[in-house]
Amino acid sequence: MEPENRRNLLKRLAAFAGGLLVFVPRAFASDGSEGEIVQARGKHRWGMVIDLDRCTGCQSCVVACSVENNQMLGSPEEAAMGRVIRWLKILPRTEGEGSHVRQSLIPMPCQQCEDPPCTRVCPTSATFMNTEGIVGQVYDRCIGCRYCVNACPYTCKFFNWGEPQWPAEANQSFNPDVSVRYKGVVEKCLFCHQRLQRARDKAREEGREIQERDYVPACKAACPAQAIAFGDLNNPESEVSRLADSHRAYRFLEELGTKPKVIYLREG
Amino acid sequence: MRPGSGDVDYTLTGWKGGWTDAKSSEANLESIMLKPLIEKPGKGFWLAAAVLACIFLWGLSAWAWQVKNGLKVTGLNVPVFWGIYLVNFVFFIGISHAGTLISSILRITETEWRRPFTRAAEAITVFSLPFGASSVIVDLGRPERLLNVLLYPHFTSPILWDVVCISTYLVTSCLYFYLALIPDIALCRDRLSTVVHPARVFIYRKLALGWTGTKAQWKMLHKILGGMSVFLFCLVISVHTNVSFVFGLTTKPGWHTAVIGPYFVVGAIYSGVATVIVAMLAIRRFFRLHAYLTDDHFDRIGKFLLALCCFWFYFTFLEFITTFYGRETAHMAVFNAKFFGEYAWLFWTMFACCFLIPLPVLAIKPLRTVRNLAWVCIVINIGMWLERYSIIVPSGARPYLSWGMSHYTPSWVEWSITAAWFAGFALLFLLFTRLLPILTVWEVKEQELSH
Repeated sequence: MEPENRRNLLKRLAAFAGGLLVFVPRAFASDGSEGEIVQARGKHRWGMVIDLDRCTGCQSCVVACSVENNQMLGSPEEAAMGRVIRWLKILPRTEGEGSHVRQSLIPMPCQQCEDPPCTRVCPTSATFMNTEGIVGQVYDRCIGCRYCVNACPYTCKFFNWGEPQWPAEANQSFNPDVSVRYKGVVEKCLFCHQRLQRARDKAREEGREIQERDYVPACKAACPAQAIAFGDLNNPESEVSRLADSHRAYRFLEELGTKPKVIYLREG
Repeated sequence: MRPGSGDVDYTLTGWKGGWTDAKSSEANLESIMLKPLIEKPGKGFWLAAAVLACIFLWGLSAWAWQVKNGLKVTGLNVPVFWGIYLVNFVFFIGISHAGTLISSILRITETEWRRPFTRAAEAITVFSLPFGASSVIVDLGRPERLLNVLLYPHFTSPILWDVVCISTYLVTSCLYFYLALIPDIALCRDRLSTVVHPARVFIYRKLALGWTGTKAQWKMLHKILGGMSVFLFCLVISVHTNVSFVFGLTTKPGWHTAVIGPYFVVGAIYSGVATVIVAMLAIRRFFRLHAYLTDDHFDRIGKFLLALCCFWFYFTFLEFITTFYGRETAHMAVFNAKFFGEYAWLFWTMFACCFLIPLPVLAIKPLRTVRNLAWVCIVINIGMWLERYSIIVPSGARPYLSWGMSHYTPSWVEWSITAAWFAGFALLFLLFTRLLPILTVWEVKEQELSH
């Protein structure tokens, strides 16, 4: 190779390596969607606190969540295979041994991690974190590889194994604000994002800022024991911020560093 | 033929043997190698091809059934989200590495006993890669959206890295396979011009790219193959490390270990070399190539396999001693499921197939016969398939939070597609033996001339 050519080649290689140095860390720093959107952090940080002392395990939240979000009905066969989709499930937990056994029931929606393992692994950015910290899901982009489902340590993401079957009457009862999913894509709890949209629209119409009481997810609205608090973790005055500071507060699998925005209050 | 090829120091590679049939001349070699290309295949060949084709078509229709109904036709569930499609993915990508390893690494180091193995090894690479890559596509919930990976690339996803690595690997190894074929295609063009169908001669002529065997052409070929060997060696490491990243970079218990990268690479080469041995033994038997594939060749590659067997055990040991000593609850749940629990039969069968059975057979000289090598290599491959199963499935079945146990049993659709992929791979190999020389004639010739 001519010395001149070689010098040019080396220059180009150096430029390429430089480009990589700039580009690669950026790609890793992103929260799973286009860099510029993530960098503009939203004003609010939506979070949930579930008081296990108040929770009776009645599953009203599970039903409310299913109806609000057009979740599949599911057949007994699907239930036997563990294929029924419920964005909010009750995790049974047994603690202790011998005569000190204690059974607790823990309502688990998507934990809305601040550093979600699922968005990192998605090859198409079909799952991402939005500006206000809600982990979203783009059904029309999802290729159904189930990598995010495997990466989620809480097993709170769900895959549509087949085409969901609906009775004819369901056409009248669907929530028009929520898309009905189809086979082969992943779905999950979105903190009733449609309710946030509606609250935002309403606030805009009335020419004011959105307030916490405007945005109430279905599970909170349905909870008869008022065990669920929901609001803005960025606002130190909010109920969720106050409860999140409680000495009873803990997060699931905190040691994994996912920083969930669903916080639990230990049974007293 | 190759300038200075007689200067190779065979003592470096421990080569003392030589060809058992010292009298076989160049012409004799060529006529033996080209014989399978000329003679009419027997009934056995057509029967085997028909059976394999039927299994393959059956598997394709099973896939069509799955595309229509969704993945509910599989045995997958919550929390076992990945099953034998992923096992096949790792397995096929794994055996593809042997091809590259034998032909490139042994070519770089000028290891003499590699010569008759290179062609078949490269063919295994090229034929197994499409089945490995398509196993992932079969696993997708929306296979028609595959292109989204390139249209909306997300650079932090190991799946995207895999797509980049594996497609680079496929293109490079096809090219490498083809380049090493050129002198032999030219040989077919020259020697078979009067005996085979003119259409085939036409294809040979086009594919030979005007190869005449001049000094300049040989020099260029050796230079390109040498350079590509180095590149392919790097690719083998990166491809299989990336395959392991799909599992190792999640925090799932049992997957999240640093050793999983080299563990996968060693496992891949181990099963790949075993596959090459099985293929070569079959070829030797059917085409009576005992003069070129001597027992001594198999003894050497058997020793190589022994080394890989020990490496494989070393990494397995590292993996489990780390988990066992650390005693983390979630990781121990997977460990216990494998060692004593639900997956114990699977794990211990795997361990026997990958280590306990092959070790004595490969290590004790009187046992390392060609006949034993044949079945041990098949046992190793069964073991390595089970190894991938025991990595992927038990970790899926024991997530951090237990929502109640779930069992995974592959469905008939999954078994059909698995069988089809193996049949398709065998079929491609079978057809190949009838279309092009299965041993690298020019490399074997170089060897002969240097003696």
